[in-house]
Order: sequence, then structure tokens, then C-alpha cells
Amino acid sequence: MAITWSSFLKVTLRLLEGFENTCLIFALTLVLALPLGLVISFGSMSKFKPLAYLTKVFVWIIRGVPLMLQVFVVFYVPRLLWDLPAFSRFNAVIVAFVINYACYFSEIYRGGIEGIPRGQYEAGEVLGMTKSQIFFKVILMQVVKRIIPPMSNEIITLVKDTALARVIMVVEILKVAEEYTAHALIWPMFYTAVFYLAFVGILTLLFGFIEKKLDYYKV
Amino acid sequence: MALLEVKNITKRFGKTEVLKGIDFSLEKGQVLSIIGSSGSGKTTLLRCLNFLETPDTGVISVDGSAIFDAAEHKKKSAAEIRESRLRFGLVFQSFNLFPQYSVMENLTLAPKLRAKEEAKQSKLPHAELKQKFAEIEEHAAELLAAVGLSEKKDAYPCQLSGGQQQRVSIARALAMKPDILCFDEPTSALDPELTGEVLKVIKELRDEGRTMIVVTHEMDFARQVSDHIIFMANGIIEEEGAPEKVFGAPESPLLQSFLKGIG
Repeated sequence: MAITWSSFLKVTLRLLEGFENTCLIFALTLVLALPLGLVISFGSMSKFKPLAYLTKVFVWIIRGVPLMLQVFVVFYVPRLLWDLPAFSRFNAVIVAFVINYACYFSEIYRGGIEGIPRGQYEAGEVLGMTKSQIFFKVILMQVVKRIIPPMSNEIITLVKDTALARVIMVVEILKVAEEYTAHALIWPMFYTAVFYLAFVGILTLLFGFIEKKLDYYKV
Repeated sequence: MALLEVKNITKRFGKTEVLKGIDFSLEKGQVLSIIGSSGSGKTTLLRCLNFLETPDTGVISVDGSAIFDAAEHKKKSAAEIRESRLRFGLVFQSFNLFPQYSVMENLTLAPKLRAKEEAKQSKLPHAELKQKFAEIEEHAAELLAAVGLSEKKDAYPCQLSGGQQQRVSIARALAMKPDILCFDEPTSALDPELTGEVLKVIKELRDEGRTMIVVTHEMDFARQVSDHIIFMANGIIEEEGAPEKVFGAPESPLLQSFLKGIG
């Protein structure tokens, strides 16, 4: 079947609708997982050993099980096992994604925080700064600089992981394209790559810009 | 009365007793150098004075009042400990400047945070806090001039040589107006051609009458700059005295072999 301008336009608009959802899943996951990851990283670095071990086991499970499976678990298990009111399909996706990405982020944060030399804390201490002043005024910006390359990797992966939402019938761009495939129209599926590439391209430029902005100091 | 009085400081890490009872005192305006081979406990002693390590026993008094007493230490609040530690300043071997801040900001960060806290507690009006900030900046500029780095005030640490970084970190320690300035092997991380500029600054500080404690491997420098030398070995003060005596007529066999080893 030949691609006509009108069919191209129609498919583009339909895919854009799906892409809107893709962006929403991406943005919500990012906004919630970034701070939650910090909380988890504090847990895994806690001096209270039981908490540290518990957190580490949790992170191991979340990182060790396919995200697709986690989406299923969040969506089906609460009502199958405990007869709890189920999450809506969309919320189940967000919950699974946030937990999963927070665990990955937490490990990046932990690496960043533990990599800061002891001397930076000590310099703050002998200057009479409090623990929280040292963390927020001295350590944090050094951690930010260290973690930007691994974080940008993870965030770019998130763009593409949004496609997993379709396993519990949440609409996103790839799901829309699949509906076309089911009607024997294959090209919209390939066409989705353009959307992903554009999105990741913008993110790449953004991270490059941030890295350049932070170029004035070395850690 | 001595400005600093240290009595019976002991410290152990696990099974190793690093400090086995250190006593000494220091008069205002005097310079004390602590020498000894690595593992003798000299850096640990300096870290105890700066509250980076907590001694197991002992008392540290400044101006006649005990700022540290091992028996009382657990009862003290974090705020009290912060207050006490500001009697000392510390210059690290590895500088430990804050890389994301300019030279000027490195000097003013801690004083400004402190001024802000005090202003909050005493409900100081905003205008007066601004006035305090201006004073802090002025003081910092004076200190930078004193270490000869006025023109580098907007530079970042990564743009400075090791010697310049160490001079900034001396100015940063002075910005908190400590009574006693401590140096932990201030030239050990520097290339030989850069040690001179740092040692010159320390000499100038002595001529201004600053009270200082220097842990050092630079024997010539220790001899020139110090009023008193402590030689540490195996966690005790093995020998001490005026530089002429310690370097000219050492009594302890350990000190004799130490001086031979590096001479």
C-alpha cells in the first residue's frame, strides 16, 4: 500500500497522541525517582546495619528482575493476593517504573557520594560547618558533577523503557504503532524510531550543555 | 599562663595505641614543630587537637578553659564541639579546597554560613547581616593579599598550582580567626620547587605573632621557624626542646638515628 500524504499525516497525529503518554510516563518517573533514589541511597549507606542490608537486598531484587515483570507484579499482585483495590493501569506503570529507576539512581548516587574524598568533609568540619551544611554546600555539587554521565545514560534508557507500559495495555507510542501492525500496516512501527531519536537527541544536547556548564571545576 | 595546654592525651585505634599520653603546652605567639617518622603519632595528635579524632583520655585547654575533656566529651552537644574546634585552624597536606567555589568563595563560605546562623538566632535585621558579609569579604581580601594571591580571587582551585592552592587553604583557615593554626605536613604534597612559597608564608605568619603548630618533614624549616620542637616516636614525646638543642645536641638514640636518616 502506498503511503499517501493524508495517511502519513493521520498516522503522525495518532503516534503523537501516543507519544504524549510516552513523555508523561518519562517525566513522572523522572520527577519521582530522582528524590526517591536519594532516600534509598541514604538507606544503603546507613550506619544502622539492618537498614543498610535490607536496602541492599531490595535494590538487588529490583535490579535483578526484568522491569516488565515488575510492571505485571504491581498491576496484578495486590488484587490477586490481598484483594486490594488495584492500581489503574497507568498508575501501576508509574509505580513500577519509579521504584525500578529509583533503585538504579540510588546506586549512582551512592557511587557519587562515596567517591568524594574524606578530606572534603574534614575541611568543612574544621571550618566549623554542620553536617548538613557540609553535605548541601560542599559535597552535593561535587556529587552532581560526578554522576551526570552515568545519570544521562540511565535517563536515556528510561525514554525507551517507557515502551514496556504496553504490556498492561497502557497506551504509548509503540502501542499505537502495534495497532497499525495488527491491521497489516508496518511502516508506522519503524516511524516511531524518529520520535525516540528526536527525544534522545534533545536529552543528549541538554546533558552536554549541563556538563559544559559544570566544566569550570574539577572533582 | 600558656595559651594551649595539652594533658595526657591517649588514643587507640582498635588494638594499636597510637598516642600513649601526650603532654605539652604552648605560649601565645610561639611556633611549635612536631617531627618524627611516619607512624609516630604526630598527625593523629594534630587531628585530636582539631577534633577530627576524639582522644580516649586527656584534657585540652585553651586560655585556661578546658575545650576538650575526654571524661565530659560525650555530654557535649554538636554545637558546643563546633564552637570549641574553631579555636584551632587546620591546613591539610592535600589542601582540600572546595573545587566548585572560587578562591574568594572558599575563604568566605564558612564565615558567611556562621554569620547567617548567628543572625538567625539573634534575629538580626537583614541589613546588619549584609554588613557582616561585607566585613567577611573585606577580611578575606586582606588574607588573600597577605598570602600574595589577591589577583587570583576569582580563580578556581583547579586553575592554581599546588603552592598557590596551599596558600589559599592557609588563608581559608585564617578566615575563621583561629587562636592556633595547625599545619599537617603542609608541603609534602608539593613539588620541591613549590615548597618555598608556602614556607615563606608560614614564616611571615610567625613574624606577625601567630601561634602555630606545624607537623613537618622539613627539618631546616623547623629549625628556622620554631620556638620549640617535639620529637615523637611510638606514640610518646621522645624528646623536646629548643631547636638548637634538639637538632644540635640530641640525647635520645631514636632522635639521633632519625636525624641521621634524613640528614
